[in-house]
Amino acid sequence: MNLMMLLEMASSGFGDRTAVGTQGQGLTYEQLFQRAGAAAVRFREAGIDRVSMVDTSSEALPIALFGSAWAGVPFVPLNYRLTVPELRHLAAEVAPSVTVCNDDALGAIGDLDGVRAVVRPDFLTQWAEGGTPDSDWNVDPDEIAILLYTSGTTGAPKAAVLRHKHLVSYIIGSVEFMGAAEDEATLVSVPPYHVAGMAAILSSVYAGRRIVQLPNFDAADWVGLVRAEGVTHAMVVPTMLARIVDHLEDVGGGLPSLRALSYGGGKMPAPVIARALEVLPETNFVNAYGLTETSSTVAVLGPDEHREAHRSDDPAVRARLGSAGRPLPTIEVDIRDEEGTPVPTGSSGEIWVRGEQVSGEYLGRNSRVTPDGWFPTNDGGSLDPDGYLFVEGRIDDIIVRGGENISPGEIEDVLLSHQSIADAAAIGVPDEQWGEAVAAVVVPAKGQTLDIAELQEFVKAQMRSSRTPDRIEVRDELPYNETGKLLRRILRDELAESR
Amino acid sequence: MDLKPGSRLKSSVCDTELIVVKAPSGNVDISCGGAPMADPAEAERNGEVSADAAEGTALGKRYVNEDESLEVLCTKPGDGSLAVGGTPLGLKEAKPLPASD
Repeated sequence: MNLMMLLEMASSGFGDRTAVGTQGQGLTYEQLFQRAGAAAVRFREAGIDRVSMVDTSSEALPIALFGSAWAGVPFVPLNYRLTVPELRHLAAEVAPSVTVCNDDALGAIGDLDGVRAVVRPDFLTQWAEGGTPDSDWNVDPDEIAILLYTSGTTGAPKAAVLRHKHLVSYIIGSVEFMGAAEDEATLVSVPPYHVAGMAAILSSVYAGRRIVQLPNFDAADWVGLVRAEGVTHAMVVPTMLARIVDHLEDVGGGLPSLRALSYGGGKMPAPVIARALEVLPETNFVNAYGLTETSSTVAVLGPDEHREAHRSDDPAVRARLGSAGRPLPTIEVDIRDEEGTPVPTGSSGEIWVRGEQVSGEYLGRNSRVTPDGWFPTNDGGSLDPDGYLFVEGRIDDIIVRGGENISPGEIEDVLLSHQSIADAAAIGVPDEQWGEAVAAVVVPAKGQTLDIAELQEFVKAQMRSSRTPDRIEVRDELPYNETGKLLRRILRDELAESR
Repeated sequence: MDLKPGSRLKSSVCDTELIVVKAPSGNVDISCGGAPMADPAEAERNGEVSADAAEGTALGKRYVNEDESLEVLCTKPGDGSLAVGGTPLGLKEAKPLPASD
């Protein structure tokens, strides 16, 4: 198995369709195949161990990704927003490499030993042009296809290992070959170093869905591109959707071409999705849950399930709007306790997953996958009697107050249901009496002022008093990284300082 | 022949090529167009598609045996149809999932 197999099939099945770019002007699948082959020749000649990229999305991205698969070396997209010292550290770890980069990155890492830095225009004109070799890629399914450095919200970045077998299994198990109609286009606005950015390329190629790229997310640009390119599909992280909805509410007008919008990569506040349903009444919503270590999506809440939950009178069915839906047919999900024993249906525990697409492995570290194939995700959650998965967030974020485990998500859900609150985070802060106390940081909705005592009463009325935040602070915004992950560590540090 | 996930197979009587997605352990007698399939490096075109195994293979379709212990993906289509031990393989129904990334 090799990622190239997906592109080869696309090239022979519908080679003249546009793969990337504007309809009729971008690269076709056949051209993408040829350029990947030409790049593979150059990668092999360079005698390197990895192909890396420090750049925003462009047509160079799929060429470099497939070219490295063809050449038989891992592809390593790095975060172009890292500081110079961070970037130099990772680039040195990835060497010897060819690194396709922007001008800033060239200045930052161009002098490192073993790093052959090539700016994008040179890559496109000098590396991705030339003869295409025979289809001679390695078919060993255990070869590494992609190394993805995790965002490091909790510590030093580490590289998740995705092998060809994981990614190919994910694609052929969840995407129908040539399943997209010829007019379909997907807008990719997550960066290349996010697993959804990689998965978007692979699933779009296999489905035959044209890729439109937005290099730096901006809500107005995103809406403009959807309209100009007739975009039919898109994936966004929660912070992006919130800004898109704000923008659409400000400027008016809908997005009639947009058939399906999937969201994932973090917890979606219920008010945001409710507003999104209002401003995009024609669009099908899909909630996807997955991790880097699982080659992207493992559970989805589909459009019909969104609608059913939205209009149901049954609280259990309505609650599913806040769920991650059900596992893919190729994935098993278990909820287990700290000893790794499955818990009864409906109880909270750690989410464990099993399936061909699950890697669970980091470079240079022992795999966390059990001998029988189960991967503990470090996410807390529960399954309802119908198999809907409710994700509660990272287990490390659970607040332990006087021996009681409190999931921040439960408190955040209650706070977010308050009409004057736009965003909320609950975190544990050190406390002499309880070990940890519950603190909340809230962002008021437009034009609202908040009464802290009233908020505490509001939470207390709906939850046990032990879960009522001992402290509530008001901010203009919460800290998120650029792919939509709430940076709880920053809030914890700030609250510890301001005590 | 012994098959494992990722193995490639080529027909000796048509253009069909497959990749093994899932395979039982032990010997699997897989044929295309009535003739045994082989590793693409060793496969030689030899003979014609048998009239009783000529329904063809389709690009991107997955084929399975009855208990679904064997699953193959067609990476190049051809005129022959697939069988194991003489029993035709069935088409695996695609369960369309909403696009999520």
